[in-house]
Amino acid sequence: MRDEARPANGSPAIAAVPKIRLRGLTKRFGDKLVLDGIDLDVMARTSMVVIGGSGSGKSVLLKCILGLIEPDAGSIEIDGQDVLKLDREAREAVRNRIGMLFQNGALFDSLPVWENVAFGLLARHKASRAEARARAIEVLAQVGLAASVGDLWPAELSGGMQKRVALARAIAAQPDILFFDEPTTGLDPIMGAVIDGLIVDCVKRLGSTAVAITHDMASARRIGDRAAMIHKGRIIWEGPATALMDSGNPVVDQFTHGRREGPIQMELRR
Amino acid sequence: MNAALDFVAAIGRGVLGACLVTGRLALFGLNGLSHWVRPPFYGRMFLRALIEIGYFSLPVVALTAVFTGMVLALQSSTGLSRFAADSAVASLVVLSVTRELGPVLAGLMVAGRVGAAMAAEIGTMRVTDQIDALTTLSTNPMKYLVAPRLLAGLIALPLLVVIADILGVLGGFIIAILKLGFNSGIYLNNTLNFLETQDVVSGLAKAAVFGFLISLMGCYHGYNSRGGAQGVGAATTSAVVAASVLILAFDYVLTELFFAR
Repeated sequence: MRDEARPANGSPAIAAVPKIRLRGLTKRFGDKLVLDGIDLDVMARTSMVVIGGSGSGKSVLLKCILGLIEPDAGSIEIDGQDVLKLDREAREAVRNRIGMLFQNGALFDSLPVWENVAFGLLARHKASRAEARARAIEVLAQVGLAASVGDLWPAELSGGMQKRVALARAIAAQPDILFFDEPTTGLDPIMGAVIDGLIVDCVKRLGSTAVAITHDMASARRIGDRAAMIHKGRIIWEGPATALMDSGNPVVDQFTHGRREGPIQMELRR
Repeated sequence: MNAALDFVAAIGRGVLGACLVTGRLALFGLNGLSHWVRPPFYGRMFLRALIEIGYFSLPVVALTAVFTGMVLALQSSTGLSRFAADSAVASLVVLSVTRELGPVLAGLMVAGRVGAAMAAEIGTMRVTDQIDALTTLSTNPMKYLVAPRLLAGLIALPLLVVIADILGVLGGFIIAILKLGFNSGIYLNNTLNFLETQDVVSGLAKAAVFGFLISLMGCYHGYNSRGGAQGVGAATTSAVVAASVLILAFDYVLTELFFAR
């Protein structure tokens, strides 16, 4: 069912080393096996969308790649380098190249919007406060927010604006890998489409490699070049994002069409 | 037989659990401390914590100290007058306040005010992914959130206790003069004659330890909170209870260290 050989975006398959390469990634929390040997390749400058039900391990997968959760087994290669074997400093250097948009924004509510956006720049001492502020306002403009928003507090913003600010924060340091954790959850369909459009623009402009996890099919098709489905801790299907709705895999079809009947049985307590 | 085994097993589990928590706390504290000497340093976070712990706790600590001094003078005079030992009121007030009541009561008040706020703030950051976000933005959360608060607790509480000592003695003085009819000159003379440097210094050393413990409990419980609003609520309660109990326990240990001959 996997069609690994097919090149992404029609580019030749000899583009060789994937930007992100996961092999046998396993993670267990107590008795619960969350990731059961994940194999996944994401080629450079492409967008991979990972779909899957709630609790299927999508977020854990991203957190493992980011180094926020230590996997029990397997390898995570970025540009051909196994990050799990690197020392702490080298891993931090790898992490500095990754931008992350968290599901609920995760904006720092004790800091004004501009400081949120410029946080990474200030933390790396790459800019003075004045320079960081100017850069923050520039990035806010890229996500369609006025300079005056920079002086507001995160709690004063609507959900859609918070997502935009969080996106601005993720792209401010111009990372070459971007992760999006359910970017449209909690937004109305129009705002969801707007955020998806911004994500696609940003990824294209930066030339980044993107991995998004979602269970919003419209969003998955808008953002992704490729798609993969995670189910019971394994990747059960992978293919072009355009094939999501008619994948030919009964599990994927049940999920993408939201059917109650099918191979996926909801775990309900009786 | 089974009941007896269950009982022993429960005790064993409790002891192992306590060892586990103590070990985790020690590692957490040492990790936090290690960032005091490893750059980068977050001066703004330190100043923010210092103002939060020190400056904003002043009113509640000041009121506590004044009333404690007043009650001490009143109570000791009624007790001591039975033995015609009224003149000891001044020394009793100043020694009690500087050695014990200043640091302990200031510690308990700050634990309630600051320990809870710290656990709630860091706990909310944990459950809303803000701590993970810090990590993804090249910032070590232990260095950014925990280390400045530990240092601020250690420094702010002794400063508060200096003020609490002065106000506690003042409270006793006011009652002694206005209500108990003492001569102000003799009272002040008695206060100063019996006070030794060690009394004040030991109280301030206690305060530094208490301040560190309050921050440690607030940060540890907030940092390890799980599961939304309820988890943050539980972390807040644990932080205050643990800090309060530890303050009283360490008060005994430190008193034994300073004064046992």
